[in-house]
Amino acid sequence: MGSLLSVLDLKKYYEVRRSVFSVAKETIKAVDGVSLELEAGRTLGVVGESGSGKSTLARCVLLLERPDAGEVIFDGVNLLTAGREEMNRLRRHMQIIFQDPYSSLNPRMKIADIIAEPLKFHNITKGRANVSAKVGEILRSVGLDEDSLGKYPHEMSGGQRQRVAIGRALATEPALIIADEPVSSLDVSIQAQIVNLFLDIREKSNISMVFVSHDLNIVRFLSDRILVLYRGKVVETGGRDEVFLNPLHPYTRMLIKASKGEFALRQEAPSDGEWEGCSYYENCEDKEGHCRGQVPQLTGGNDHKVACFLNK
Amino acid sequence: MTNTNKKILLEVTGLYTSFFTGAEIIPAVNDVTFTVNVGEVFGIVGESGSGKTVTAHSIMRLVHPPGRIVSGRIVFEGTDLLTLSDKQMEEVRGNRIGMVFQEPMTALNPVLRIGEQIAEAIEIHGTRDRGDVRKRTLELLRQVGFDEPEKRYIQYPHQLSGGQRQRVLMAMAISCDPSLIIADEPTTALDVATESQILGLIRGLVDTLGMSMIFITHDLTIMKSMGQAVGLMYAGRMVERNRVEDFFKEPLHPYGRGLLESIFGFSSDTKRLKAIPGSVPKLSELPSGCKFHPRCPYVMDVCRGEEPAMKEVGKDQWVRCYLY
Repeated sequence: MGSLLSVLDLKKYYEVRRSVFSVAKETIKAVDGVSLELEAGRTLGVVGESGSGKSTLARCVLLLERPDAGEVIFDGVNLLTAGREEMNRLRRHMQIIFQDPYSSLNPRMKIADIIAEPLKFHNITKGRANVSAKVGEILRSVGLDEDSLGKYPHEMSGGQRQRVAIGRALATEPALIIADEPVSSLDVSIQAQIVNLFLDIREKSNISMVFVSHDLNIVRFLSDRILVLYRGKVVETGGRDEVFLNPLHPYTRMLIKASKGEFALRQEAPSDGEWEGCSYYENCEDKEGHCRGQVPQLTGGNDHKVACFLNK
Repeated sequence: MTNTNKKILLEVTGLYTSFFTGAEIIPAVNDVTFTVNVGEVFGIVGESGSGKTVTAHSIMRLVHPPGRIVSGRIVFEGTDLLTLSDKQMEEVRGNRIGMVFQEPMTALNPVLRIGEQIAEAIEIHGTRDRGDVRKRTLELLRQVGFDEPEKRYIQYPHQLSGGQRQRVLMAMAISCDPSLIIADEPTTALDVATESQILGLIRGLVDTLGMSMIFITHDLTIMKSMGQAVGLMYAGRMVERNRVEDFFKEPLHPYGRGLLESIFGFSSDTKRLKAIPGSVPKLSELPSGCKFHPRCPYVMDVCRGEEPAMKEVGKDQWVRCYLY
């Protein structure tokens, strides 16, 4: 298999105090045993709502946060055991785009310098003239014109800033881009422009992408495969059409319904303390008695897997 | 009038609200006109900065300096709210018009028990008899979907989830049987599963209690199953008013068309989303004529000249566009 990225049983737990005054600690399992495979040139859409662990997963894969357990294998190298030098070399090939282009760009740097920085850091382009030619080329490829070169981030709109962030990520010609909710802070009318830009990039290069979003409509346009996260666990994964046309997990079904503007007319489920079992139990519309007691495992073929007792 | 069989609860006519900041005048709401019928949900949709929230605040008369309502009429239950004294307006707020905000944590008092906060809302505007207030509070908690109201009564806001807090706010908003609820992005801070439950709750309450509602959102998909009528805002203007089913079937204004296409419209020849070009203009640097003309695929010369007025093109259908 030609996997560019393999993640195996990744875990990231956080210990938090219940309140400012209490000594008792609670463990939050932000990412709880997630595995995934990404082939070169493909896009994986990671779907889930806030708190599902999708951002933590993105950060752990790039080792921006150290996972507690598991393996991240990028281009044949296990990142968790890689040395510092090797890691620096690999960083060039994996880039991240954040949600908020207001805080991810240095406000004191001009756009030209923001794009040139990774080129210089990774020694990709040498010589002033070459760098500025390359910067111009990158800007054009993300749909910005030369006027932007001398501007500061605050002089640009949200959509333009996100274009700059995408340009900066592309500057090193990475093999993998992880985009963490890259359109959700933008106005609705601008979101489609940025989604189209991602489609352009994918068409022109053999780049692999992990596209993290809570918005199913957007993930659907961009992804080849889908991974649905709920409370740190993968509840369903498979090919885009398999998951969208034949969703097996009640949570996936609910997300798809919500993305079409249909919603539940239900009472709130009472939450009563801690117990073992399916983490979606409280909100599930199809739950049965045995869903509580045991944790469902991810089962199924390579094309479509689900963690739900109701799919046997 | 076009509404022969429906009773009008609220009629906003020619509302202008501006912010006067130093040298600049920012026209946040510009000639907004719409009606809300008794028992119906009117949705105001638009992107950030389009004037949705300022419109809502204007109706509640909660626009603070440097903002000011410049002109217009807001006739609610037969009275123009803009002619009322501050004291009279306080009576209307909470008693006749309830409001639900976006951030449920900041809208609740962190050091008061849930029950006490709802009870307070009841006492300010209604009965003060202790037994009655407690009975009503528990009834409200049950109405907003809590199975164990006695347990919730003694809890503090931090012990509740975001969705549960939003339920408490709903309980407070309906505590005095208002005839109108203004909900400003009530589910934006919530995740999808909770959002879906809260929207279902709001819909159910509006139906069973016979209230009317102004529902403000940036999320078009929500509006689809939320109300009867919708007003689309762009750059401080209401550019289209339509019935919800018609809006989603065939929006009138090119901006509405563009928005729906950029969410649901995938062109099979280009394999791209049909995006609206350009970006939302700043309110201090608006283009001439129709404010959408620089981004409009149907732009004509006339669009650059004078701004089009709102035009009636069908029953309950209005649009601000020269194509009609």
